[in-house]
Amino acid sequence: MDIFIQQIINGLVLGSIYALVALGYTMVYGILGLINFAHGEVVMIGALTALTAIGLLVPSGLPGPVVVLGGLLIAIPVCMTVGFTIERIAYRPLRNAPRLAPLITAIGVSIVLQQLAMIGWGRNYHTFPPLLPAAPHQFLGAAITDLQIIIIATAAALMAALVWLVTRTRLGRAMRATAENPAVARLMGVDVDRVISFTFVLGSALAAVAGVMVAANYSIAHYAMGFMLGLKAFTAAVLGGIGNLGGAMLGGLLLGIIESLAAGYIGDLTGGFLGSHYKDVFAFFVLILVLVFRPSGLMGEKVAERA
Amino acid sequence: MSVDPKLKARLGVVLIGVALAVLPFVVGASFGNSWVRIIDFALLYIMLALGLNIVVGFAGLLDLGYIAFYAVGAYLYALLSSPHLAIAFPQVFAAAPGWPVWAVLPLGALVAGLFGVLLGAPTLKLRGDYLAIVTLGFGEIIRIFLNNLNAPANITNGPQGINNIAAAQIGGHALNRPLELFGVMVPGVHLQYYFFLALTLLVIFVCLRLQDSRLGRAWVAIREDEVAARACGINTRNVKLLAFGLGATFGGVAGGLFAGFQGFVSPESFGLLESIMVLCMVVLGGMGNIAGVILGAVLLALLPEALRWGAVPLQQTLFGKVLIDPESLRLLLFGIALVVVMRWRPAGLWPSALRKRELAAHGEAA
Repeated sequence: MDIFIQQIINGLVLGSIYALVALGYTMVYGILGLINFAHGEVVMIGALTALTAIGLLVPSGLPGPVVVLGGLLIAIPVCMTVGFTIERIAYRPLRNAPRLAPLITAIGVSIVLQQLAMIGWGRNYHTFPPLLPAAPHQFLGAAITDLQIIIIATAAALMAALVWLVTRTRLGRAMRATAENPAVARLMGVDVDRVISFTFVLGSALAAVAGVMVAANYSIAHYAMGFMLGLKAFTAAVLGGIGNLGGAMLGGLLLGIIESLAAGYIGDLTGGFLGSHYKDVFAFFVLILVLVFRPSGLMGEKVAERA
Repeated sequence: MSVDPKLKARLGVVLIGVALAVLPFVVGASFGNSWVRIIDFALLYIMLALGLNIVVGFAGLLDLGYIAFYAVGAYLYALLSSPHLAIAFPQVFAAAPGWPVWAVLPLGALVAGLFGVLLGAPTLKLRGDYLAIVTLGFGEIIRIFLNNLNAPANITNGPQGINNIAAAQIGGHALNRPLELFGVMVPGVHLQYYFFLALTLLVIFVCLRLQDSRLGRAWVAIREDEVAARACGINTRNVKLLAFGLGATFGGVAGGLFAGFQGFVSPESFGLLESIMVLCMVVLGGMGNIAGVILGAVLLALLPEALRWGAVPLQQTLFGKVLIDPESLRLLLFGIALVVVMRWRPAGLWPSALRKRELAAHGEAA
């Protein structure tokens, strides 16, 4: 089996998930200039809600993929509500506050969500039941499962839909106008508050899908899973150029592949000094390198600091 | 009869001094020595919070990885005062290093300060929120390395951590053993208390002097408007680096004290939640106001104990069982506190006059 191709496939799967989460960060950042620190927790809530729903649906005897779809369809509105509420309660009152204030609030929201999830779902790991066909197909000397194909295809379809929404619809135009200049957008008759709410809801829906994907891919979900995932997705968004939709997708895929390759090869490269348990470090190194050498990201424009 | 205000101030200082001096005995006698231990921890948190206050409160740079410097100080102390190195590398270290505390603490401060500058140098040109994320990443990197640097060379002993760390020795007496003084037995926790208190007072003194210094005013200038500060001739990069380095130094000292006090360190004590807790102390107390930060540190250091004593029996009487364990209740309250404080009292419980004005002006301008 070709290890290189295998790691690329794993990286693409991981990267598709990062990209979906990164889109949530980048849309909010594009419009509000705010790092929605709590976005990773929304992914976690999506994963755990879906798992609970799936657990309830399994005894009905429906076929596996239908059960998973059912879980997903319940997780999406739950996450949308969470995203909407976060914006309403925590961020909207601070819209004109100094920069640090919403960031500190975001950290607070993140802790609250995590602890509420811990109280609701407990400290243990929840396993994803084997509902999807797991038999691998041979592909270029490597193995790829149906699940991996579904993840990549779904992510691609959702991203295409998002791009259509943002570039071709009235609402998308309102979003772009708000990102450009909220005050002027308001003068042009755009309901800025509604657009911002919608952005959070949309990002949260994508987060729900990503959450189910993570749970299915690793067969596991946990109340603390959102933090690291959120951080990596944020890294992906920064890598691609935060505020830029295409950048978030590219950054997500790249980061997934970098991480898989690094995890697969670091042992050989460092003569066994550093092992694959350092894989979480790469995301941060990538983040620091990007911010130091190209803070605008791969596809972002250079933005002067606004006082 | 009028009292000279100077005399009044002096009298106040003496009263506070006496209160602080007898505090461990009063607390120990009425609540037990475990509460003296909690006060010792509160002193450590005061040092940490004051260190972070230099970075966040004075210079306005949000650092989410501050606990990494605490970790550096703690591990340095642990390595130099425990038999770990002698066990792991017998061919290099014939015996346990066993450095004295007066040499380890300054070294810890220095190394932590270097780490601060190392982290600051490439990242300080970033905008506030990016800086926050990078520092967060740095904190996690340090923790991951502490967790994994047990192979191939066992430097940190991985997740098990390092134990058998010798307590700080002063005048040949280890501070974890009781000492007979003028016929009174002074328990170890009390001795640690006086040691920590002395260093905390030193830290407070340094902070007060820094605040009124040229450097302190430069920090505030940068916090309020970096472009304007640069235009006034402040070398913003160096001044920010100094904030990072000095803040880290305090963290390093506190870390060393923590290691000597606990006798044991492991990566678990240096997670992101600890960074956030110290940040909470600064934010809740009042960013940039030394008295406020001390208040915040004391409140949040005592909170878990208060919850253990208050919330658990309360839940038992209300619901018949413990629904939320004190640990997650504590974190939940932290989270809510951050949100609520930012919403209604962004300058903290005890704001500095300057910061209050600044935040009010911001609100009006926008």
